[in-house]
Amino acid sequence: MPSNLFKQLRTTAVPLPIENVDTDQIIPARYLKATTREGFGDNLFRDWRYLKDGTPNPDFVLNNPRYRGQILLAGKNFGCGSSREHAAWALADYGFRAVVSSFFADIFQNNALNNQLLPVVVSEEVLSFLMQTVQAHPETECLIDLESQTFQIPALHHATSFALNPYKKMCLMEGLADLDYLLSLRETIAKYEQKQAFW
Amino acid sequence: MKPKPNLILSFLAMQTSPISPRTLFDKIWDAHVVSSQAGHPDAFYIDTHFIHEVTSPQAFEGLRQRGLPVARPKQTVATADHNVPTRNQHLPIQEALSRHQVETLIQNCADFGLELYGLGHPNQGIVHVIGPELGITQPGKTYVCGDSHTSTHGAFGAIAFGIGTSEVEMVLATQCLLQHRPKTMKIEINGVLRPGVTSKDLILYIISQIGVAGGTGYFVEYAGQAIRSLSMEARMTICNMSIEMGARGGLIAPDETTFAYVQGREFAPQGADWEKALAYWKTLPSDEGAVYDQVLTYQAEAIEPMITYGTNPGMGIGITGHIPQSQNLPPSEAAQLKKSLAYMQLQEGQKLLGQTIDYVFIGSCTNSRMEDLRLVADLVKGKQKAPNVEVWIIPGSKRVEKQARAEGLDEIFRAAGLNCANRAVRLAWV
Repeated sequence: MPSNLFKQLRTTAVPLPIENVDTDQIIPARYLKATTREGFGDNLFRDWRYLKDGTPNPDFVLNNPRYRGQILLAGKNFGCGSSREHAAWALADYGFRAVVSSFFADIFQNNALNNQLLPVVVSEEVLSFLMQTVQAHPETECLIDLESQTFQIPALHHATSFALNPYKKMCLMEGLADLDYLLSLRETIAKYEQKQAFW
Repeated sequence: MKPKPNLILSFLAMQTSPISPRTLFDKIWDAHVVSSQAGHPDAFYIDTHFIHEVTSPQAFEGLRQRGLPVARPKQTVATADHNVPTRNQHLPIQEALSRHQVETLIQNCADFGLELYGLGHPNQGIVHVIGPELGITQPGKTYVCGDSHTSTHGAFGAIAFGIGTSEVEMVLATQCLLQHRPKTMKIEINGVLRPGVTSKDLILYIISQIGVAGGTGYFVEYAGQAIRSLSMEARMTICNMSIEMGARGGLIAPDETTFAYVQGREFAPQGADWEKALAYWKTLPSDEGAVYDQVLTYQAEAIEPMITYGTNPGMGIGITGHIPQSQNLPPSEAAQLKKSLAYMQLQEGQKLLGQTIDYVFIGSCTNSRMEDLRLVADLVKGKQKAPNVEVWIIPGSKRVEKQARAEGLDEIFRAAGLNCANRAVRLAWV
């Protein structure tokens, strides 16, 4: 159920300049054993975030105290591989509200939107600019405005617009879920079934 | 030969009426659109929903919170296949979290009136192995599962794709999903595969050519002489790995090979229904002149047995090839190559032929069917594995396991020094 929506998000960002980050890197398969949606954030990026002995890996960005915030900047083709929604849950549970990349894998993008985690697609040039800006100045404040569909860095007067399916935008802004809409179609679905020759 | 699409043809296609030539994908898609409403994605009907223990518990919990039943229990097929042990399956699962997940599936299936092919059931197995072998997977239908390799079922000329758990909940509640129509791509493989080159090599070759994101946004139809001459199991291997190039799914037009495979299976149409189904299935292949958003063409003779050298499935080369040099790649790919070679402890420009092999695993959802096991048996019969290699072979389903025993394959494997276990988890997960 949608909750915790945002129309605007104002926060710093965490840079992860790696391409083709797959869902097994976001949350490894061995951590998918829970039967609830909560708690996956503890194992977000598990094998990058922790060393083999279980201590935090000081070289990984989430363990670097310089970088904090609710936006993850990630290299292109983020969320490829397995369809596990646990990847979106882990990012949201950790505290991210948006992921910015130049390209998202299909299923991940759907899963993210179904969990009010906003995938923001920007060009490779803009992504590279954002990465460099945030890496050099981790305190840079970013602003995502859903209504105008823009990603902004107010201090630099930078604004990039991003595409978002109008239906999904409405769902995010008004707190609607796909399931609510589908449930409203139950009679139409039953009529469709009666017309089918085979199952 | 069908005409190659180009920009003008694509433009014309947008202008023509619905009776214009359609692709296999278009025909199945159109038949499953329940409602199209302006400003909304299409409500898309799902004929069969496969569920398993890892990606379903939160979906059932969602139904409970809303007080909803499973809309069409008879169109829901459940199995425990991801988080289950390969040994001592008759005993309680030792690992507490895994046991809880499997027990949760058992409870959910009981509460919501679903048939479960659980541990110990003769139909149990990897969901993408049992669908086809039971005859549940048929041409012209739509299949989803909370597992990216659901694309496997497209080998029968069906639309099949992986979904997330929120979508599992939607299908359980309404038998529908909200979907935007994906773009279509045709990948045509002309000519004849050389001896020793399998369908796994073919798909790894394609992925090495277009990359792990080359198919993103597309549904891919595989066509051409090399595809037509493949068995059903080999076609499943191709469609299974569509997701490794980012595609939503892959499919192959149904033909006599498909019909012969489906006929007589437990859930296949029988008698007069079979004749009606067959007549419909024969209308499914893409029409002459149907337009795709993209067409790629390859020659089968150019494909060698493939090896991957890196950390994603696009990093593949022919068996006689060399690992690429980073200086020949764009900067982002060069960085990725360096990172993955450091992890793999390999060098740029190196040949892989002659490298020692540490592990062999046969038992993934891509390759754990009878043909795969028979191929391995042919290779190892009367031989001994080298002491430095660890080999695991796990049949993809209880039925495959039974058949392999009946053919004496387990004896051949053991005599060659391979480790055999019961059907179980796949190496390629969810």
